[in-house]
Amino acid sequence: MNTTTTAESLVASPETGHERPNYLNATYGLRSWLLTKDHKRIAILYLISVTAFFALGSLFAFLIRLELLTPEGDMFQPDTYNRLFTMHGIVMVFFFLIPAIPAVLGNFLVPLMIGAKDLAFPRINLASWYVYNLGGLFTLWSIVHGGVDTGWTFYTPYSTHYSNTYVISAALGIFITGFSSIFTGLNFIVTIHRMRAPGMTWFRLPLFIWSHYATSLIIVLGTPVVAITLLMVAAERVLHLGLFDPALGGDPVLFQHLFWFYSHPAVYIMILPAMGVISELVAAFARKPVFGYKVVAFASIAIAVLGFLVWGHHMFVAGESAYAATVFSVLSMLVAIPSAVKVFNWTATLYQGSVSLQTPMLYALGFIGLFTLGGLTGVMVATLGIDVHVHDTYFIVAHFHYIMVGGTIMGYMGGLHYWWPKISGKLYPAFLSRLAALLIFCGFNLTFFPQFILGYLGMPRRYWAYPPEFQVLNVLSTAGASILGVGYVLPLFYFIWSMRYGKNSGDNPWGAVGLEWDTPSPPPTENFYTTPVVTHGPYEYTVKEVHDRTSPTEARVG
Amino acid sequence: MDHTDHTGHAGHVSSPGFYIVIFAALLILTFATVLVARIDLGVMNDVVALGIAVTKAVLVLLFFMHVRYSTRLTALTAVGGFLWLAILIGITLTDYMSRGATMPVPGK
Amino acid sequence: MASTTIDTHHHPRLQHQFDSLEQQKESSTLGMWMFLVTEIMFFGGLFTAYVVYRTKYPHVFAAASHHLDVTLGGLNTAVLIGSSLTMALSIWAAQVNKRKLIVIFLIATMALGTVFLGVKAKEYSDKFTHHLVPGAHFAPEDPHLQGVAQDQAQIFFSLYFMMTGLHALHMIIGLGILAALIRPSWKGRFDALYHTPLECTGLYWHFVDIVWIFLFPLLYLLGAHAH
Repeated sequence: MNTTTTAESLVASPETGHERPNYLNATYGLRSWLLTKDHKRIAILYLISVTAFFALGSLFAFLIRLELLTPEGDMFQPDTYNRLFTMHGIVMVFFFLIPAIPAVLGNFLVPLMIGAKDLAFPRINLASWYVYNLGGLFTLWSIVHGGVDTGWTFYTPYSTHYSNTYVISAALGIFITGFSSIFTGLNFIVTIHRMRAPGMTWFRLPLFIWSHYATSLIIVLGTPVVAITLLMVAAERVLHLGLFDPALGGDPVLFQHLFWFYSHPAVYIMILPAMGVISELVAAFARKPVFGYKVVAFASIAIAVLGFLVWGHHMFVAGESAYAATVFSVLSMLVAIPSAVKVFNWTATLYQGSVSLQTPMLYALGFIGLFTLGGLTGVMVATLGIDVHVHDTYFIVAHFHYIMVGGTIMGYMGGLHYWWPKISGKLYPAFLSRLAALLIFCGFNLTFFPQFILGYLGMPRRYWAYPPEFQVLNVLSTAGASILGVGYVLPLFYFIWSMRYGKNSGDNPWGAVGLEWDTPSPPPTENFYTTPVVTHGPYEYTVKEVHDRTSPTEARVG
Repeated sequence: MDHTDHTGHAGHVSSPGFYIVIFAALLILTFATVLVARIDLGVMNDVVALGIAVTKAVLVLLFFMHVRYSTRLTALTAVGGFLWLAILIGITLTDYMSRGATMPVPGK
Repeated sequence: MASTTIDTHHHPRLQHQFDSLEQQKESSTLGMWMFLVTEIMFFGGLFTAYVVYRTKYPHVFAAASHHLDVTLGGLNTAVLIGSSLTMALSIWAAQVNKRKLIVIFLIATMALGTVFLGVKAKEYSDKFTHHLVPGAHFAPEDPHLQGVAQDQAQIFFSLYFMMTGLHALHMIIGLGILAALIRPSWKGRFDALYHTPLECTGLYWHFVDIVWIFLFPLLYLLGAHAH
């Protein structure tokens, strides 16, 4: 009823989360953070690390877009340009997109959402953060020494024989970070199986948990394959073994099979957690249970399983047999179905819901639209006849950026904005957060939509110069990237600002339903004062709750 | 004879005698695979060798690793791991085994 | 033994995130199984490469395999299976509260594992002597392995060394873990109620055995009927 808030009404409860002991103030000092076993603190540690790598990957992106303002290669040497797009890909894929949502939001929320005190293996959780940074150090060392120029895909025999860049250290960095990912996935699987609160049956779990479970299955099954493959690349590079070198009887396409066996499911590692976030946001901001809960849950598992059967669609023009290509093409279209089902179900959730356009919901709606475009273009490129023409063009670049940036990053931002009060106990400024969301949405589309056209017209990817007729679209793309950049920087500032100056959020500012909202914001170290007993499913927004929105929402900062 | 439950807390307990029986079976199968390998059976050499290896692995899984007495989830996990390896090898092979084969062109 | 006065909800070895020893044990073993799944896929990449090249170069692979010593390989197989037996027996000893037997069987497992590695070292040194180590000095003397066949044979031996080398590395790590278990076992840390570290180590050790069960016929027995 009362939709405007005042500072006084926000402090209505005598004891806010910050005055009680919580996980943030329970212990002080660097050691208490660096040696923590608390999943919530580890999530914060990861938040800092992935943000740093995101900034680094963005820097590379910015330099790429600067070069592409003009048709001639005039800013960098061609070798340098090769290193720029390679490092952009490596940093963004392995050090941001794969870990971000699971290691930040997943780590924080999985135990809370299932009613547990922590993950199954807290020390392994902390170890995974250290291993992540160790892998990051190897990769940074490689960057400092000039980077790698093979593309993030490390295709052989260029990476094993001809490249004279620091391939081995970059590969080792990724190898090490893979273990960090495996530790997280393993932890989630065991936790979800064995540590649910009494009454928390599988079909009472939030869809965020189902998504992270499916993601963890992919991590455990796929990551080791890219790990051994990178070791083989390193061995080949040092000893000239011939495993992937045609001059010595090897097959470079074998490398691609082994590499993509992981790297295709990896894109589902990137998108599934974001889909899990969107399910939570759509339910909370339409105040309705997600339509077709079981179907969405099973769709997550279906995506994980089917995602392992389609990797050859990256190799249509690489030399795999036409028969194999056909099979992969058909299977790739099948994997689009569960993703589409989720989009339909989120849309159906909105129908006749009590929709409120708070900042997290803006990201969720943006996700649904942009992911749909990315997914549809995915079906296009799964079609053999189309892919022969658009492979290695900007069409592909646009397709995967729509999924990874328009999808994953929007999901990550939406999740951060939704659970920020839970994580920090603070509110962020509503106007700035909406502005940032708008800038990101507009900047994103301006950056990447022209790239669909560029690719369809034939502009190749990974080229540092291009024919002059492509310049206008490239300039638009670079302009978009600048706006996108501003959009990403804003949250960095206001989130940090909110930690010090933001209004206390109260335990459940959104009036949302979920175990994580039944505990204070920020939560106590042990998560719950008493073990919750679950008696109903997720998203039980009653009619009363729909009409009685007395919980304060975002603060209006003057 | 062998898997009576001795204590309520230790879960299932197999007797040393039973373990030794499994060990003996594994040794026999090892001898068998070496002997059969010396005979030229053409493509059946691979089939027999793999068949024996799978049998030995299953014995280790079921009785040394206690999958026989564990939860269905454990069994599912073990099966899933090997199934996924089969997917990796199997689908990769479909490429190699169909290289050089021409696809039928409609009308020709 | 059927009734207990031990409270599994407040055991000294119970970690804070778990409610009971049973939950802790089930979680730990499930976690170890998940890790073993990653190991299957980790070795799996090498097995895939092996299967592909074996299909491409069947005759060269058979000829190259002929240079591996089946007797030593078979002996090692028996030794490793024996070490799996002793590992299983060390867990049995914990289940029946026989503290000293736990240690004896752990040491037996380590001894057999060390024998395995010793035999492996001998095999590797033989390869070195016969110039069969891939790299700059790869130079088989076998007339069947010259020219193009030499490159293909180098692929065989690359896979041989990578697969058995990775396996040996896992055994060395396993020996380290076993060594770390001896002192706690001697001190009576493990009994019928709690022996989870032994079980998890056992799972790991048996898995390493299973890898060898596949490596042996694939690498050693290929060329057994040729010539």
